[in-house]
Amino acid sequence: MELQTIWFFLWGLLWAVFFMTSGFDFGIGTIYPFAGKTDTDRRTMLNAIGPLWDGNEVWLITAGGVTFAAFPLVYATMFSALYTPLMLILFALIFRGVAIHFRSKIDTPAWKKVWDFLIFIGSFFPALLFGVAFANIFQGIPFDDQGIYHGNTLRLLNPYGLLGGLLFVLLFIVHGANWMAIRSTGGLQARMVLISQRTWLILVPVAVIFLIASYFATDLYANYFAYPVLFFVTLVNVAALLSIRYFVNKKTYFKAWFASAVTIVLCTFFGIIGLFPALFPSSMNPDWHLTAFNASSSPLTLKIMLAVVLVFIPIVICYQIWAYHMFKNPVTQEDLDMEEAY
Amino acid sequence: MDPVFLSRLQFAAATMFHFLFVPLTLGLSILIAYMETKYARTGNETYLRMTKFWGKLFLINFALGVVTGITLEFQFGTNWSRYSAYVGDIFGSLLAIEASVAFFLESTFIGIWIFGWNKLSAKAHAGVMWLIALAGNMSAWWILLANGFMQNPVGYVIRNGRAELDSFFALITNKHGILEIIHVIPSALLLSAFFIMGVAAWHLLKKQHLDVFEPSFRIGLVVGLVSAVLVAVTGDMHGVNVSKTQPAKLAAMESHWETQTRAPLVLFAIPDEENERNSIEIGAIPGILSFLGFHDFNAEVTGLRDIPKDERPPVLPTFIGFRTMVGLGTLFILLTVYGWFKRNKLLENPTYLKIMMFSLPLPYIAIEMGWIVSEVGRQPWIVYGLMKTAEAASPVSTTQVFTSLMGFILVYGLLGAVGFYLMAKTVKEGPEAATR
Repeated sequence: MELQTIWFFLWGLLWAVFFMTSGFDFGIGTIYPFAGKTDTDRRTMLNAIGPLWDGNEVWLITAGGVTFAAFPLVYATMFSALYTPLMLILFALIFRGVAIHFRSKIDTPAWKKVWDFLIFIGSFFPALLFGVAFANIFQGIPFDDQGIYHGNTLRLLNPYGLLGGLLFVLLFIVHGANWMAIRSTGGLQARMVLISQRTWLILVPVAVIFLIASYFATDLYANYFAYPVLFFVTLVNVAALLSIRYFVNKKTYFKAWFASAVTIVLCTFFGIIGLFPALFPSSMNPDWHLTAFNASSSPLTLKIMLAVVLVFIPIVICYQIWAYHMFKNPVTQEDLDMEEAY
Repeated sequence: MDPVFLSRLQFAAATMFHFLFVPLTLGLSILIAYMETKYARTGNETYLRMTKFWGKLFLINFALGVVTGITLEFQFGTNWSRYSAYVGDIFGSLLAIEASVAFFLESTFIGIWIFGWNKLSAKAHAGVMWLIALAGNMSAWWILLANGFMQNPVGYVIRNGRAELDSFFALITNKHGILEIIHVIPSALLLSAFFIMGVAAWHLLKKQHLDVFEPSFRIGLVVGLVSAVLVAVTGDMHGVNVSKTQPAKLAAMESHWETQTRAPLVLFAIPDEENERNSIEIGAIPGILSFLGFHDFNAEVTGLRDIPKDERPPVLPTFIGFRTMVGLGTLFILLTVYGWFKRNKLLENPTYLKIMMFSLPLPYIAIEMGWIVSEVGRQPWIVYGLMKTAEAASPVSTTQVFTSLMGFILVYGLLGAVGFYLMAKTVKEGPEAATR
């Protein structure tokens, strides 16, 4: 396989892993003000992601950094064309980050109320906007051969874009509720199971509508029709989506969370496979698509970065699995009583 | 106002705000790792209380550093897309390496450190803080190499209408970058030492928690003294290198207009950029500037008049920034040397403690000034000699950048206020009371 092709799929994989890891953080933050009835509930939810969310967020930094390193033209064009939505995401992430750290530093209702609101804003909006952004990329973005953007930001909120946003939010809520089912007990856990099950009932039809809408709104299926074997990935995706509910019903919550993780990765790859070789298609003229072949770095940079990624990302995965393993049990009262707890 | 100017303002605001938190993260992590190791080795509870107290302040600071850092990586794409497209082949790889090699390690282990007190042995927990300190400083290493490329581009060829990587080895052994690293890391330790001494002095003056703050102050004193000297030595090395590679920056640092040998150091001056001279100049000492720049009293120093007008950096901020930085750097050495002689009689020297308390913000000012010298002094280039800042901005509208800039000012202003409030509150509460 060519270097640029390898990098295209690595690029897709890094974004997919970001959605998979930060996805449950975003999902939990989204249901947080509604499902967390008491302060203890809310603190349990925060401490369930507390040790992990910082490391999860670095997948975004790495996905962004790798876009810069391997496909500088895509990095330049994508982030300047999507200036306003990206700034909104970044501000939202700032709010979420400080809110998680600072909420429990002062024990007054007013202080906590402010940060609770920001945790919701900082989780819901990135989930929604990443979905909207990627759905718009699937459709193509109006930019010319100079990389100059010719649309207005509100145009991103078209029906297909919003459908993508809705799909991401629902996926992340199910994923987050599954993680909370692992890390909570009693009434909170029962509520999380219910949220996972009910949201799943909405998620399935939305996913089906998204698959159908993609046929009309995008060219994603062209690759699939050219190589029908690719539909196998979609089949596994559907199987993973269906198995979420199966595992939740069987009360094997870790398996359910794993299934929702796989679903998120494969949903991302549904688009990535369809996009190939374009990373950032132009809706104005197919000749202006930024692809793995016309927007990549030099072979030397791609080789060095490949070596770096192949050595260090497996190491990262090892110590992150170790961290997940350390914090896989339900959050206890003793955990909440710790001075450092959120 | 054009988007280039607004983007510059935004990047300056965002990086300078981010760098209020970076040095303390770099330096304090090392000092906390040392304190916690002492605890793990001796079992002495005082060191545990020290670790936890400074750890709380470290974490508040860390949170602000992380959230303000994330926006920076993306601003190269949002606001400097032409720059990103032109040098991404080189610059992007350094940022990507930073994330995968260092930032992952730091962020994953910070979660383990916060929540792992009951899950790890004391030694393993201290080891986690060493990893955090190592990862943070490795992050700085890669970021400064990236900045080093902007200051002194090496290891590239111009091919396919852009700068492409030619030698990765040259890129990571860039002299300018290495000099930045060995200057920034001791200055981060210096700031952290002054932070510790400033906070400790407040408690010592109130004669409370002496068992925690006397040793803390002494750790700060030793680290502060050593790093103050290192900062001066590496700063001098840096200056000599800049004289060779960036003559315009040197001339602006000294507001030096006339090319001459035996160039004088002017003690006080007010630059007049319009008329290409200093409107007031007091106390010129012949040969000193030549000596500082080239370690030779007779060396020729290029003046600003011999540098084309469109290749001169703004003189006033570079000049003031350099003076302030060097003046404060000298003060840090004097303060820590004096403290060294009084180290065993701290409580009997309330005036010194008071001075150290009020000196806490000074390293922050010195470091920000250093960055002004480095980055404003690099103008009008975004990559020295290779690409001008004006050619580097994104094709985005003034309204977009104006709106985001206002957002940054508002949000960062609030973050700063909240961060300061929480830090002050934590300082006031002090460490936990001794159990025995």
